[in-house]
Amino acid sequence: MATEILMPALSPTMEEGTLAKWLVKEGDTVSSGDIMAEIETDKATMEFEAVDEGIVGKILVAEGTEAVKVNTPIAILVEEGEDASALPEAAPAADAGNEAAPAGSSEAPAPAAAAPAAPQVDLTPDWPEGTELKPQTVREALRDAMAEEMRADPDVFLMGEEVAEYQGAYKVSQGLLDEFGDKRVIDTPITEHGFTGIGVGAAFGGLKPIVEFMTFNFSMQAMDHIVNSAAKTLYMSGGQMGAHMVFRGPNGAAARVAAQHSQDYAAWFMQVPGLKVAMPYSAADAKGLLKTAIRDPNPVIFLENEILYGRSFDVPVLDDFTIPFGKAKICREGSDVTIVSFGISMQFALEAADKLADDGINAEVIDLRTLRPMDTGAIINSVMKTNRLVTVEEGWPQGSVGSYISSVVMQQAFDYLDAPVVNCTGKDVPMPYAANLEKLALVTTDEVIAAVKEVTYR
Amino acid sequence: MAARKSTRKPNVSAEELKEYYREMLLIRRFEEKAGQLYGMGLIGGFCHLYIGQEAVVVGLEAATEEGDKRVTSYRDHGHMLACGMNPDGVMAELTGREGGYSKGKGGSMHMFSKEKHFYGGHGIVGAQVPIGAGLAFADKYKENGRVTFTYFGDGAANQGQVYETFNMAALWHLPVVFVIENNQYAMGTSQQRSTSTKDIFHRGEAFGIPGEIVDGMDVLAVKAAGEKAVAHCRAGKGPYILEVKTYRYRGHSMSDPAKYRTREEVQKVREERDPIEHVRELLLSGKHASEDDLKAIDKEIKQIVNKAADFSKESPEPALDELWTDIYA
Ligand SMILES: Cc1ncc(C[n+]2csc(CCOP(=O)(O)OP(=O)(O)O)c2C)c(N)n1
Ligand SMILES: [Mg+2]
Repeated sequence: MATEILMPALSPTMEEGTLAKWLVKEGDTVSSGDIMAEIETDKATMEFEAVDEGIVGKILVAEGTEAVKVNTPIAILVEEGEDASALPEAAPAADAGNEAAPAGSSEAPAPAAAAPAAPQVDLTPDWPEGTELKPQTVREALRDAMAEEMRADPDVFLMGEEVAEYQGAYKVSQGLLDEFGDKRVIDTPITEHGFTGIGVGAAFGGLKPIVEFMTFNFSMQAMDHIVNSAAKTLYMSGGQMGAHMVFRGPNGAAARVAAQHSQDYAAWFMQVPGLKVAMPYSAADAKGLLKTAIRDPNPVIFLENEILYGRSFDVPVLDDFTIPFGKAKICREGSDVTIVSFGISMQFALEAADKLADDGINAEVIDLRTLRPMDTGAIINSVMKTNRLVTVEEGWPQGSVGSYISSVVMQQAFDYLDAPVVNCTGKDVPMPYAANLEKLALVTTDEVIAAVKEVTYR
Repeated sequence: MAARKSTRKPNVSAEELKEYYREMLLIRRFEEKAGQLYGMGLIGGFCHLYIGQEAVVVGLEAATEEGDKRVTSYRDHGHMLACGMNPDGVMAELTGREGGYSKGKGGSMHMFSKEKHFYGGHGIVGAQVPIGAGLAFADKYKENGRVTFTYFGDGAANQGQVYETFNMAALWHLPVVFVIENNQYAMGTSQQRSTSTKDIFHRGEAFGIPGEIVDGMDVLAVKAAGEKAVAHCRAGKGPYILEVKTYRYRGHSMSDPAKYRTREEVQKVREERDPIEHVRELLLSGKHASEDDLKAIDKEIKQIVNKAADFSKESPEPALDELWTDIYA
C-alpha cells in the first residue's frame, strides 16, 4: 500500500521548515532508519529518517523549498510493483492536523462565579467546652503528636539528621528512638537532597515518612524532591500515586544565626499546588496539626519555630486531638481592625492587640494556622465586619503571604475596605548578624501597632 | 568494537529467546511509531526514544519476579512496555489523551503504573535514583523480599544525589540494583567529555557497592548479569551496580541535530551490534525459529503497534475539568 511521507515536526516548536536536501531519489529503496532528507528547522539542520520500508515512488516537494508546513506530504512511498499514482488524492495531512488539536480544546473553562457575599466559616471550637487542659511546651506537643501517630500506624517513621541517638538537634524527637527503635527512628547522613529523595521513594512505596530538616534552611538542597517529586506526582500520574509524607523542622529566624540560617519559607512553599503547608503558633495547634499532617495522604510542609519550641501553652487532654487543615482560629474578637498572622509572628499580632485595646482600638486577631489550604473565608468574614486589615509575617515583603491575602481581599471584599491593606513583614534584606540590626530586620509589635493606626486613620 | 558473532550458546530456552525477540521488537516498532506520530504533530514536547537500548530492559525484566519495582528517567517507553504495561495506554499518554496512563496529564516523561510496579518516568536528571532507593527502603521496611531496579543514564551519573544515594543504600543495605544505562551520550555530551572515569560503576567501590560492566547489546548477557545482581540484593547483601554499555540510535529527543557524532558511528553500531539482529541470528542459526516464525512475530507486533497508534488518536483529549483533579488525594 502506498503511504505518504509528511513534512515532520522535528522540534516542539516547529511549524514549518525548509526541505534543504533530498538524500534519496525516486526509485530508491529505503528501509527504516535510512536518512531520507535534510530539513532546516527554526533551530538547526536535521536529518529525517525513514520509518517504513519501501520504494520512493514520487518526490512531491523539491529540495530547496522553503516554508514547507508540517504535515504537508513531501513524498510517496510505494511497495514493490506499485505505482505512485495509485494513491488516492485525499489530504490526510489536514486530518492529522485536526487530530492534533481537536475543536474545543482551546476553550477556557468558565470563570469561577463571583465569591458569595459572606463566606461560610467554620466556627466550631478546637475542643469541647470543659475539656481538661494542661500546659505543655511546643517541643513536647510535637513529640507527643509523632509518638501517638507512630503508635497508631506502623507505616509512619521518622528520618533526619540527629533525630535518633542525639534525640533531635532541638530535642523534638526526645525518647522516640527508645520507644520505636532504630528501624523507625533513623539517623541520616548530612545529605538533604539524597535523604529527601529516599523519603519520597519510601512514600511512593507505601510508607508514611516524616522527614525532619534540622532547619528548613537546608531544605533548599532538597527543594527539587519536595516540589518536583513529592508535590507533582499525584497529578502527573493521573491520580495513581502520590507522596503521603510530612516534611518538618524549624523555619525562620532563630536568634543571631544570620542570613543563611534565618529564612522564613512560608511564602515559597505556599505557592506550590500539591503541597499543604501548616505553620502553627501554639502548642495545641502544633500537636493537633501535626497529627493531621501525618495522616494526610498528601505531602505536607510543617513549619516549626526554634524560639517557640520552649514556650508553653494549654493543650487539651484528649486521647486523639487533631485540628483540621484550612480552619483559621479567631484568637481575639474585635470590631475595629482585622490582624491576620501565623506562626511566631502571632506573638506580635497578639501583643499589638493588647496594647491597642488600651488606646480604645478593638482588634480582631486571626491565626491562619495553615497557609495551604488557607481559610480566606475567615479573613473575608472578619474584614466585612472591621473593614480594615493588617497582615503580619516574618518573611520578606515581595511575594509574601500578606501580598497574596491582600489580593484575595481586594477581589472578594473590595467594597468593604475602608483603607488600603497594610502588610507587616520582615525587612527586604538578608538577616544581619549584629544584634541591633537583626532586631531592625524583624517585624515588631510597634510596627503592627503603627500599621493598625494607619489603617484606622488614628 | 569488533563485529560480534553469536558464538555463545544461549542459556535460555527457545521459547524464552523468542519472547525476548518479541519484546525487543515491540519496543523498537513502538518507538518508530512514536517518532512518526511526533512528526505528524500528534505527540508534542519532548519525546526520548529508546531505539538501540532494547536489550537492557528486556534482559533485566527477564531477571525480575512479580512485585519487584522499577523506576527510570524520561527515556521510559521501553521500560513500560517491558514490564507489561499496555502499549495503548502508553501511546495515548504520548498523545496526551484521556486513555493514557496518566489521563494525558503526565506525557512522555511522566508515566506510572502501580499495578505493574512502575514508579516513573522522571524528568529531572538523577531524581529517580534516591526515589528508587526509597522504594527499596520501603520494601526492606516491610521485609517483603522485593528488589527495585533503578535505571539512570551516563549523564545522570554525574549528579551529586546519585552518590548521596549510593552512600545510604550501602549503609542501610537497601535491595536496589542501580542500572547505569551508559549509552555514551548525555544529549550532545559524550561520556568522555563529561566524566572523569571510563567505567562509571567503579565509583560504587568508594561506597563498598559491587558492580560490573555488562554488554547491553546482548540480551542474554544482560539477563545473566541481572540475575546475579538480583540474587545479591535478595540475599540481603545490599545494592549492586550494573553498568550496561549500550547505544541510542536516534537523537536525544526529537529535535536533535546530532552534530556530536558521525553518521558512520551510528551506522556501525546498527550494523554490527544491533541487539535485535543478534537474537534473530541466534534464533535462526540455532534453528529455534524459521524465517516464517519471525515474520509471524513481526506481523503480530505491527498489529499491536498499529492498534496502539489508533487508540492514541481515537482516545479523546482529557475533559477540561481534569485540569483541576488529582492535585490532592
Ligand atoms: C536536573 C536536570 N538537568 C538538566 C536536564 C536536561 N536534560 C535532560 S536529559 C539530559 C541528558 C541526560 O543524559 P543521560 O543521563 O546520559 O541519559 P540519556 O538521555 O542518555 O538516556 C539533560 C541534560 C534535566 N532534565 N534535569
Ligand atoms: Mg546517556
